[in-house]
Amino acid sequence: MKTRIAPYRCAGGLHPVYHKSLTAGAAVTALPLPSIFAISLAQHLGAPARPLVKKNETVGRGQPLAEPAGFISAWIHAPTSGKIKAIDEQWTATGRRATVITLESDGEDRWADGYPLPPLPADADRKQQIDRVAAAGIAGMGGAGFPTHVKLSPPPGKTIDTLIINGAECEPYLTADHRVMIEDADRLRQGIDRIRRLLGTCAVRIAIEDNKPDAIKAMEQALQSLDGDVELIVLPSAYPQGAEKQLIYSVTGREVPSGGLPMDVGALVENVGTAIAVTDALDSGWPLTERVMTATGSALTQPANLRVRIGTLFETIIEHCGGARIPPVKVICGGPMMGTALPSIAAGVCKTTSGLLLMPADAVHLFESTPCIGCGRCVMYCPMRLMPCTLSEAGEAEDDELLEAFRVLDCIECGSCAYVCPAHRPMVQHMKNSKARIALMRRKRETSRQRES
Amino acid sequence: MTEKNINLAISSSPHAHSGASVRGIMLTVIIALTPALLWGFWLFGWPAVVLTATCVAACVGAEALSRRLMKRNLGIGDGSAVVTGILLAMCLPPSLPLFMAVIGAVVAIVLAKQVFGGLGYNPFNPALVGRVFLTISFPFAMIQWTAPGPPPADDTHAVTAATPLAAWETEWSGQDETAGFFEEFPLVDLFFGNQAGSFGEVSAFLLLLGGLFLIWRRCVHWQTPVFYLGTVTLIAIILYGIDSQRYLSPAYHLFSGGLMLGAWFMATDMVTSPVTSRGMMVFGAGCGVLTMVIRVWGGYPEGVSFAILLMNAAVPLINRYTRPRVFGTSKS
Amino acid sequence: MLPLIVPLAIITSTAVIGLTGLGCGLLLAMAARFLAVREDERIEALTECLPGINCGACGLAGCRDYARAIIEDDMPVNLCKPGGDDTLKALCGYLGIVAQAGVREVALVFCGGHNGVAKRQATYNGIADCVAAERIGGDGKACPFGCMGLGSCARVCPVNAIEITAQRLAIVHPELCIGCGACVKTCPRSLIAMVPESRTIHILCRSKDRGPVVRKYCEVGCIGCNRCVKAVDKKGITMDGALAVVDYAVPIEDVSVAETCPQSTIVVRDGRRTEGAS
Repeated sequence: MKTRIAPYRCAGGLHPVYHKSLTAGAAVTALPLPSIFAISLAQHLGAPARPLVKKNETVGRGQPLAEPAGFISAWIHAPTSGKIKAIDEQWTATGRRATVITLESDGEDRWADGYPLPPLPADADRKQQIDRVAAAGIAGMGGAGFPTHVKLSPPPGKTIDTLIINGAECEPYLTADHRVMIEDADRLRQGIDRIRRLLGTCAVRIAIEDNKPDAIKAMEQALQSLDGDVELIVLPSAYPQGAEKQLIYSVTGREVPSGGLPMDVGALVENVGTAIAVTDALDSGWPLTERVMTATGSALTQPANLRVRIGTLFETIIEHCGGARIPPVKVICGGPMMGTALPSIAAGVCKTTSGLLLMPADAVHLFESTPCIGCGRCVMYCPMRLMPCTLSEAGEAEDDELLEAFRVLDCIECGSCAYVCPAHRPMVQHMKNSKARIALMRRKRETSRQRES
Repeated sequence: MTEKNINLAISSSPHAHSGASVRGIMLTVIIALTPALLWGFWLFGWPAVVLTATCVAACVGAEALSRRLMKRNLGIGDGSAVVTGILLAMCLPPSLPLFMAVIGAVVAIVLAKQVFGGLGYNPFNPALVGRVFLTISFPFAMIQWTAPGPPPADDTHAVTAATPLAAWETEWSGQDETAGFFEEFPLVDLFFGNQAGSFGEVSAFLLLLGGLFLIWRRCVHWQTPVFYLGTVTLIAIILYGIDSQRYLSPAYHLFSGGLMLGAWFMATDMVTSPVTSRGMMVFGAGCGVLTMVIRVWGGYPEGVSFAILLMNAAVPLINRYTRPRVFGTSKS
Repeated sequence: MLPLIVPLAIITSTAVIGLTGLGCGLLLAMAARFLAVREDERIEALTECLPGINCGACGLAGCRDYARAIIEDDMPVNLCKPGGDDTLKALCGYLGIVAQAGVREVALVFCGGHNGVAKRQATYNGIADCVAAERIGGDGKACPFGCMGLGSCARVCPVNAIEITAQRLAIVHPELCIGCGACVKTCPRSLIAMVPESRTIHILCRSKDRGPVVRKYCEVGCIGCNRCVKAVDKKGITMDGALAVVDYAVPIEDVSVAETCPQSTIVVRDGRRTEGAS
């Protein structure tokens, strides 16, 4: 085990105001078991899960509530024991509507029959272990929510030689991963070890930004006992350092090809929280029903790092944190750069919810977009080296040819361009809109081609 | 907190912003221009002050009026018209009749900016269009340079003087004996701004100071001015090396005429310059080459405004061909 | 000598410019002759018969494409909705055929939830475009099926027949609508549909939510109470889950069915005139 500075430097690199001191020193506390849960069936990337339970059914903790509906999808489990009150469409933490299972707790928090599952030793069959990861419903907890078992089973021909554990946490405000690395270093080490063994022989790189010296120290200590090619990489603090492609480049110098996956360059990135969920599933037999998140923002009375059950309502969390100190103007699920502004606080925590941010009027940037003045800042700060100003104008004009030629589909929606834009243009919304439109058109073109042939 | 008593705002990410604004940028530019502007006021007295006030008022007025006529919202709050007015005034001879200044200002705002759709859509730098319009329309008035210093008390007419570049081109270039030129125009006077010329262009030193301030405030990328001044220096060195009797020394090229104002404040105009890093380099170098071509071989002693305007026209092309290599794509 | 040189210079320059011009002209003439694309003259004639607004209602990119499709692909001649009877007659007359005119249809926005009656749970700050707003989860309107009123439909309408009212609701002016269907394709919530101009009874709601949920966010949304369906005895109005839907294939004679609706979701509207617009 050795520690070293990140050998490569990715493009862009914003230095937003981090506001992490609100919660960086606050130890993780467990939220008391709430009485109502709203469990979305679209918590992960891919197809929403299919419900397995009916209204008024009684369930135990860990009991599967929904099954994956496709290859890229995930199991969803009951966060506690209780009764299913409703299964209907609701607004969720993704800012969209999806099927939501409402669960009323019976307060007993009793495990379902057969749960927790028997632990699987490290020498158990590899497929059995990956099946367990799938059965535990683990999906990337950094934010994207890609089902982890899919990442762990690369198709034949692809080998993964580097496992990168993402502890960068470059989003302002959020400190959940930071606290987990300090407080849960041992479990994290176990999780890293389990993932590494599942992948076969591979190098392990734990990447942490240099604004978290205490986390670096804690991880250095915890990882001493891990043998093999293990390195702790200290990243310069810059946004979006923790974005998957940028992280892989900073650590290995490899560029994930446009339209490709990390496994195309032999890398696998797992978030700190995901690694812990993996050890929970394999060593303790727990399905993924809780996570650590940061409840913060200057509108919140008592910002905190909390261990919450999946499905806990944001209302409950706000109440637990002493309510709003001043009326929030924006409630954001996730961080301020890539999070989703929620239309209502009646939604529940998802597997991907890393934070809940209450912004008062003075922190919210309500904007009026004006024409681009060509300052070039977005071009300078784009970590993908795109030309966001051109793309945003082409998006407004729906000039799809130009959008594709200037590679709008490579945009990672990190928000750096919109953050620095003096004309306050909604760049990311332009990108999202253009990307969705082009993807739709490509699908249409594909289907019509298939029909013809 | 219940759901009923709140009305939340929703928008696409990001929800944080750097706080940069068009108005802030314009304000920074004005601050950066202030030293050179005040020096011009001090050197040329009230005519310069009145000229600046006229240009700014005419620009703001023209902007407000034309936007109202075009039924657009009144966009003068961004301060861009003020900057255009100041820049235009700074590149005019201080004794210019005021009605000409007003014409220049109206042309700059209406013809060069608002007809294209306003700030952000103008392909050419408005202040330069105004200046060039005046240069072509009123060629005589535009070269009536006032000698630096307060006007003589007994005469209402100011003393006229030649600018170094014009004097070199018309009187000294190619002469056997050029020492007289260097006596008449000591380099240190040019650098600190004791020379005849457009009243905001005279002090290379204060403009350089303003330019560095802009770079420090990140309102200007270093590429354009560095490549502009670098190219001018390089060409001047080569020519000077070939024939020092015929061609002016690099230092004189750098510190005289409108080069400093042009390189730091006009060529770097965000709207009319490229957005890519390599593009800014190409743009700066192109401006440098054209400036030197016009200065050395062209009919005008000074070529900064024409050079920048010509390069403005090439900006869309430069942007297109200097696109950075997108992450994850091959170099081709 | 000198007086001679000047005319010579003039002659030379005139000759050079003149000859260059002549050369270019010849080149152009040759290009026009040899590079010309020959096209069926009938296409030209049919294009003349069409309205020339390139609305795309026929399913093709423009009037000329439609004319070509009629000649080359035997497309039916009654697809031009904006042209109506006059265009059909002109086309038939030129081609010497007889064709049946289609029923004239106009667009209708199936939402009556303006800001006065439908709740907004959040304030939207972003691109003023329904499609863009829908891609980030809507514009803050509590009803996920309702009209966002950001005007995407109005912008694609070739004849400006759609108005966005001050209360943020899109309304089609049927007397202006040419039936091209551009708005139908654009609306991200599929709230606009083509209805026969002659029909007067409409249920202006597309919410699939159950009654109690609808009541929470909209005063004029369909709550699925079934009263209208009973009133017409399932002839012309049917239930689709918790939503009553007018079946435009079946005529409804009795307009009093509108009065049975407790939410005033059902409106009686002359399809040829605008009502309720500001």
